[in-house]
Amino acid sequence: MFEYAPAPESRSVVDLKPSYGLFIDGKFVDPADGSSFKSINPASEEVLAEVAEGGAQDVDRAVRAARKAYEKVWGPMPGRDRAKYLFRIARIIQERSRELAVLESLDNGKPIRESRDVDLPLVAAHFFYYAGWADKLEYAGFGRRPTSQQSGTSPQPLGVAAQVIPWNFPLLMLAWKIAPALAAGNTVVLKPAETTPLTALLFAEICQQADLPAGVVNIVTGAGETGRALIEHDGVDKVAFTGSTDVGRAIARAVAGSRKKLTLELGGKAANIVFDDAPVDQAVEGIVNGIFFNQGHVCCAGSRLLIQESVAEQVLESLKRRMAQLRLGDPLDKNTDIGAINSAAQLSRIRELTEAGAAEGAQQWSPPCELPDRGFWFAPTIFTGVTQAHRIAREEIFGPVLSVLTFRTPAEAVEKANNTPYGLSAGIWTEKGSRILWMADRLRAGVVWANTFNKFDPTSPFGGYKESGYGREGGRHGLEAYLNV
Amino acid sequence: MSERVAVRKTYKLFIGGKFPRSESGRSYLVQDSNVSLASRKDARDAVVAARAAVKGWAGATAYNRGQILYRVAEMLEGRREQFVALGVPADEVDAATDRWVWYAGWSDKLPQVYGGANPVAGPYFNLSAPEPTGVVAVVAPEAPALLGLVSVIAPAIVTGNTVVVAASPAAPLAAVTLAEVLATSDLPGGVVNILTGRLPETVPTLAAHMDVNAIDLTGVTDPELAADLEVKAAENLKRVLRPAPQGHDWSADPGLGRMTSLLETKTVWHPKGV
Amino acid sequence: MTATATSARSDLSELGRSETALRTFLHGLPGVDQVGAEQRAAQLGTRSIKTTAKAEAIDLAIRMVDLTTLEGADTPGKVRALAAKALRPDPADPSCPHVGAVCVYPAMVPYVAEVLRGSAVHLASVATSFPSGQAPLEIKLADTRAAVEAGADEIDMVINRGAFLAGRYSEVYDEIVATKHACGDAHLKVILETGELATYDNVRRASWLAMLAGGDFIKTSTGKVPVAATLPVTLVMLEAVRDFRAATGRQVGVKPAGGIKTTKDAIKYLVMVNETVGPDWLHPDWFRFGASSLLNDLLMQRTKLTTGVYAGPDYFTLD
Repeated sequence: MFEYAPAPESRSVVDLKPSYGLFIDGKFVDPADGSSFKSINPASEEVLAEVAEGGAQDVDRAVRAARKAYEKVWGPMPGRDRAKYLFRIARIIQERSRELAVLESLDNGKPIRESRDVDLPLVAAHFFYYAGWADKLEYAGFGRRPTSQQSGTSPQPLGVAAQVIPWNFPLLMLAWKIAPALAAGNTVVLKPAETTPLTALLFAEICQQADLPAGVVNIVTGAGETGRALIEHDGVDKVAFTGSTDVGRAIARAVAGSRKKLTLELGGKAANIVFDDAPVDQAVEGIVNGIFFNQGHVCCAGSRLLIQESVAEQVLESLKRRMAQLRLGDPLDKNTDIGAINSAAQLSRIRELTEAGAAEGAQQWSPPCELPDRGFWFAPTIFTGVTQAHRIAREEIFGPVLSVLTFRTPAEAVEKANNTPYGLSAGIWTEKGSRILWMADRLRAGVVWANTFNKFDPTSPFGGYKESGYGREGGRHGLEAYLNV
Repeated sequence: MSERVAVRKTYKLFIGGKFPRSESGRSYLVQDSNVSLASRKDARDAVVAARAAVKGWAGATAYNRGQILYRVAEMLEGRREQFVALGVPADEVDAATDRWVWYAGWSDKLPQVYGGANPVAGPYFNLSAPEPTGVVAVVAPEAPALLGLVSVIAPAIVTGNTVVVAASPAAPLAAVTLAEVLATSDLPGGVVNILTGRLPETVPTLAAHMDVNAIDLTGVTDPELAADLEVKAAENLKRVLRPAPQGHDWSADPGLGRMTSLLETKTVWHPKGV
Repeated sequence: MTATATSARSDLSELGRSETALRTFLHGLPGVDQVGAEQRAAQLGTRSIKTTAKAEAIDLAIRMVDLTTLEGADTPGKVRALAAKALRPDPADPSCPHVGAVCVYPAMVPYVAEVLRGSAVHLASVATSFPSGQAPLEIKLADTRAAVEAGADEIDMVINRGAFLAGRYSEVYDEIVATKHACGDAHLKVILETGELATYDNVRRASWLAMLAGGDFIKTSTGKVPVAATLPVTLVMLEAVRDFRAATGRQVGVKPAGGIKTTKDAIKYLVMVNETVGPDWLHPDWFRFGASSLLNDLLMQRTKLTTGVYAGPDYFTLD
């Protein structure tokens, strides 16, 4: 047996402070009431840093700072200069990518292979992409004369954007939110998730390093209450949220009747559909990538595997053989494929749903897999014998748990795939081109990956149908969310 | 010789291509005519009809939808005098007809200007294309009775959505007459459904309906009702178009916003390899 | 979908009898998506093999080297020296293992055989009008028999790529069967020359064709065309031997050849073997590297691990 020796990435590249304040108006400041919370490493439960918990007063301060910066500096600034700040930020991210990747893995629990090879390159690419838009907004194609345009030839920004992001891709979601907002000329107040605030705070330092004008980016750390205070603040013109459908619904209610423009990127329960003529070895990789990438903490995860019944056994056999090669453990080990579950709360949610799956009669399988003693872990798991009626086929588990169903015909695959209130993504595996296009036309999902899965790019719009939210992030469409068009 | 006794028109609902009375059997008087007073049940029936029409309408070719919308404009032109007789100014009828023609032409152009290939950093074909969101509930503005109505219906359906329109309670005759235009064009039944009656009776049902994908609150003038409807719409995360601002200029170039806000963007990836 | 599952074992032996059956079978194999296969190979290439794992991998890689010279300028003196190096790659370190085999042209076999006699190092010879394979079958078979008679216990044959690309699968199949017969007890490695096959679909089909016809090993390349062994090609071939064993119960070896020059490269291949077909193939009987300069890099890295100091080329023999 060829045993790989431990290959840990050094964490010495990260210089963490014992505590962090809120980043408001270009400076780190203490919260008004002095509250704080701890951010821990989910792989070891070790405390990484103490982080300020923003209250309503702090949110107000941040929104005012953003408003002032919008009116005095960022709004009036020529697009070409906004672009240069964004390019600067992109470059600093590239230069400090190792540090950011290590910190992301420490705070989030994701494997360093992913934070290094997926998250960080995409973060930098996102800033590069939107930087270039800042001085070309009038070419973004939103019509000859947008209806609500105030003046001038260029679409106008909205003002102050309140942005609340999740813990699964902390820095990448920050980039998806901040880059287009700033390119369009808005200023932002961003609230990172309470379990993963650290890379956002390092990003705040990068804003300082880039000499970004004070107040253009404000980072207010905290939990649900902080987020609520932010989105409900009267001084906010735009709300952007990525997270669960339940919270998204509550936000949609909260902004009802207001002027705030809203975009939501919410949950999913994507079908990954494998036909009998699929390139089977790549399909198995796609299935694995679809559900085990980032421990399955992915809104667009391919969490429902639909296999054509005639090949179900062979595909499952290949999948199990492949799953046995997955290496679970220390997120900083360069050979780790599956890291830690982000929090105790998420772990108990995954456990609850998998217990429901077993109780409802589905067959649970995991490869032999030793879980570390400390931290939050869940072995890669598949359920077979799942039907559409099972909770594990309907509810988003947001963990490394795959529900396997079968189908007989393309029409049945479409019907099952669409039989969900969600509509974020879908996968199709077949070597027949016309079938791909036929399927893609009928799948009610914002992103359709054919013979691939979980691919992202700043130029490519991302977002859902139905209860997976509305609005798109990425590409030209991603700008629209931050412009008055 | 006595004067000829006129044949009066009964203004009914327009659901699934047919003209039923309200299942509640109620009506109200507008301009001396009885107009159906739609119930919650009528609203639900209209949603069922609209949903049933989605597959065929969204699946039709853009060319086909464009031709059908153009046919609607032809029919509208032919009924010019009928609208004028209802009190719609002639130049408004003309403007409404021109707007149909304008929107008709967008059917096969919007996907070109609102979608396209994305140059992703990798060996992939990547294409974004707009798709209809599905069933759209529309609260039509009170005025201008015909141009306002046309300006909310045409952008919703040209891209393949189907609609349930709550006509303005004060100006329903133009809406029902438009239904006659639609019924005599080639528009498939159920693509446009028109409810007349009181907004507080039908619109909350539409806003809360879990099989409605979007709601256009353009004609809602009461801010509290609008907020309440938006809250109801949040239950299944409907796309919401907020009420039109006071004094909105309906004669101005409407831009793309009404069409694009009722669209989903679907992005398809495929590897490029040998 | 996979041939492994849909074909009963008895069916496979019948396939070679009919061009139609062979074609239907090979074209019924699942396709290979180029982008997906290359990404998987690249991902495996990011594994970080350090310290003890690296030491183990280096020794294994040395044991898997088919130390090769295939030059028109080869002489008895040159190949004798090479054979000596195969036996004792690092004269300064007796713990260093010997290589898997020495690989030479048929005319050089007798000189190598003298040196290797009595050792566990195999003697491989390219035959069948290497590298083009463009000679009448009788000549190719005579070439093979001559090499075996002179002492080769492994024959590296080339397939007829022209026939393969023209879709004359039976012709390719029959040649392999005939060559296997000519080999007698010698092991047959079938060189697919993947650089000329152009697509991974063809690599998968050629792999199955070679295995169905009785090849003991499938090998990527002659080293004589611009594109030699690559990680994704080897991945596709490993998947083929994995599926073939599942279908028939017979295990076939894999030999990437050409272009593998560094320890880092070799370790990537071993990781790929480990995670694609598993430990059953992590043995010189089932996996070989066709290489020449690779050995010295392996030796340098080996010395670095044992002494902690980076060596230089002057400290290793240049045979």
